[in-house]
Amino acid sequence: MDANAGIDDRRWHENRATHGWRPPDVGELWRFRELLWLFAARDVNVRYKQAALGAAWAVLRPAVGAAVFTVVFRHVAHVGSDGIPYLVFAYVSFAAWACVSSGVLAAMASLVDNASLVTKVYFPRVVAPAASVLPPLLDLVAALVVGAALLVAYRIVPTVALLALPLTLALLVVVALAAGLWLAALNVQYRDIHHATNLLLQAGLFVSPVAYPLSAIHGWVRHVYALNPATGALSALRWSLLAGPWPGWAMAESLATTTVLLLGGLAYFLRVERRFADVI
Amino acid sequence: MATAVIEVEDLGKRYTLGETVGRRSVAEALVGGLRRLGRRPARDELWSLRDVSFDVAEGEAIGVVGRNGAGKSTLLKILSRITEPTTGVARVYGRVGSLLEVGTGFHPELTGRENTYLNGAILGMPRREIDRRFDEIVEFAGVARFLDTPIKRYSSGMYLRLAFAVAAHLDPDILVVDEVLAVGDAEFQRRCLGKMATVEQEGRTVVFVSHDMGAISRLCQRAIWLDHGAVEQVGPTNEVVQAYLASAAAAGQARFDDGLGSGPFVLHEVVVVDGDGRRIDHVLRDQAFAVELHFELRERVRGFDASVLVTTSRGVRLLDESWSDAAPEDPGAPGRYVARVTVPPMLNVGDHTIGVWFGTRYETFVYEPEVVRIGIDGSDADRPDRAVCLGLPWDVERVDGSGR
Repeated sequence: MDANAGIDDRRWHENRATHGWRPPDVGELWRFRELLWLFAARDVNVRYKQAALGAAWAVLRPAVGAAVFTVVFRHVAHVGSDGIPYLVFAYVSFAAWACVSSGVLAAMASLVDNASLVTKVYFPRVVAPAASVLPPLLDLVAALVVGAALLVAYRIVPTVALLALPLTLALLVVVALAAGLWLAALNVQYRDIHHATNLLLQAGLFVSPVAYPLSAIHGWVRHVYALNPATGALSALRWSLLAGPWPGWAMAESLATTTVLLLGGLAYFLRVERRFADVI
Repeated sequence: MATAVIEVEDLGKRYTLGETVGRRSVAEALVGGLRRLGRRPARDELWSLRDVSFDVAEGEAIGVVGRNGAGKSTLLKILSRITEPTTGVARVYGRVGSLLEVGTGFHPELTGRENTYLNGAILGMPRREIDRRFDEIVEFAGVARFLDTPIKRYSSGMYLRLAFAVAAHLDPDILVVDEVLAVGDAEFQRRCLGKMATVEQEGRTVVFVSHDMGAISRLCQRAIWLDHGAVEQVGPTNEVVQAYLASAAAAGQARFDDGLGSGPFVLHEVVVVDGDGRRIDHVLRDQAFAVELHFELRERVRGFDASVLVTTSRGVRLLDESWSDAAPEDPGAPGRYVARVTVPPMLNVGDHTIGVWFGTRYETFVYEPEVVRIGIDGSDADRPDRAVCLGLPWDVERVDGSGR
């Protein structure tokens, strides 16, 4: 029994019909924490085994994005970049946006792609979307490590704000999870959610500060704009890594929407997850 | 009786037809919602389980039998907490290890080692415990040489053995197993049953669903017979199995007016006929009879095969005869077929159940292990325990030489 102390689960488990909202079973989630890492590791492993270029994709995607943005937004539309060299600005922003959008897409598909698991095995369902937002973070980190060369080339010296980098990266993942929880749960019930997700991400690329900085938005529109959860996360990353301006009140607004979206998504997910195995 | 570790009270599970059909689009949901605004919806409901109550004691192995669609899998899903019941409650004490499908969660691109850890975690086994049991799992599965090979390169046998090994070494307090023995070869099935018996002897509780009445009889002291979602009978396994087999199959013939099957395959009828082609449900012991299968292939099926199974009332599988044994020419050509398999006079007296299987190596179109019943009449010559009476030739010579 001692050897099993950590997984000792000798208690009554009751399964009866439940209704309405319910709180997360924190103890249960803790018991399944290893599954979170293993799901994430599986996705990373499978992707790198199948892709000939492997980690190079993590760098190519923002590199190409940054090149296109530089031509279109800098040379054609003449957008500003808070005094940061535009190429660096676009590379970091695009890599961060790729992390959010890949995370949202992966979370959305996480339950439906694992339908046989959902119908044949018990595990806290929330583990699946939570695990699927992690691999894109690894891509982002890889892209930023390579991107450090750009910082050196352009002689950008990070400030003490660099210490907050892990927090800003975590915030990007939380933003992806907040949207992903809703979409994963809806995707189980409605089969056209992936269209809606693509639409959302397509619009998101332009209504988030990816190609241009938050400072380009003025007046009351700025308050509406700041409600976008990605606004705060992207601005915070540039503040930390590229010595960009601190987003100020916009950060508070953005964090507030992110929190509401995340808690709402979790509540909705826990409310409808009881039907997943029957519907999927 | 020892303390109960599974308590099931008034369990019911209702599916509405919309749910069983699956996911809808948002537009369909909106239209459906608008339609429902005015009147109360006429929903098609299906009770997969209804008023099911039973207890299982610690260390007991209990079998669950019933026809396809009787609610067996739904019951296991509720015991494993995969889905919630609509009414009633299921309580289980301790960790439940459920094996509802062999190899759930295996990823073809990952190696045997990676899949073992992933699958173990999916089944609720912590990493430390997998570390500790790893060698045992590998030995049971016999895949030591292929641990770092992606399992897409495994043979189907290796794949099955590894999958079962992980689940069987989970050390659950309650092991829930659904029909895993329908796949895999005889050796695999023997090992699985042996492992399950060990689990049970260690004082753990086993809930076992199978169409293999022989396996149920060997492993389980007690059995539950589910019929249309309700408990038909609970009791000692041999009583339940006999009653189930006697009722499960229609006497002599089974007709499927709407056709039974999946994909391109449709089964219309299974009939027992005598030597003159007359439909019968009883036959004398010294008479041959034939099983006639009326089926249809709507398109070409490569590697199509059919089997006829004969099982005694005690659950012993006597025959499993495949069409492919007879080396047919072009067995998968589309068209309507009547196949006749003649069973020589060899069965002992008593009720026998006839089952059918249709499919290919990779998929099963129809598996009905108890589809019709045939009674063998006559005298058992005071030897009721034998399963077959072949009347083998005796070659006897007197050798004491005191002849002339």
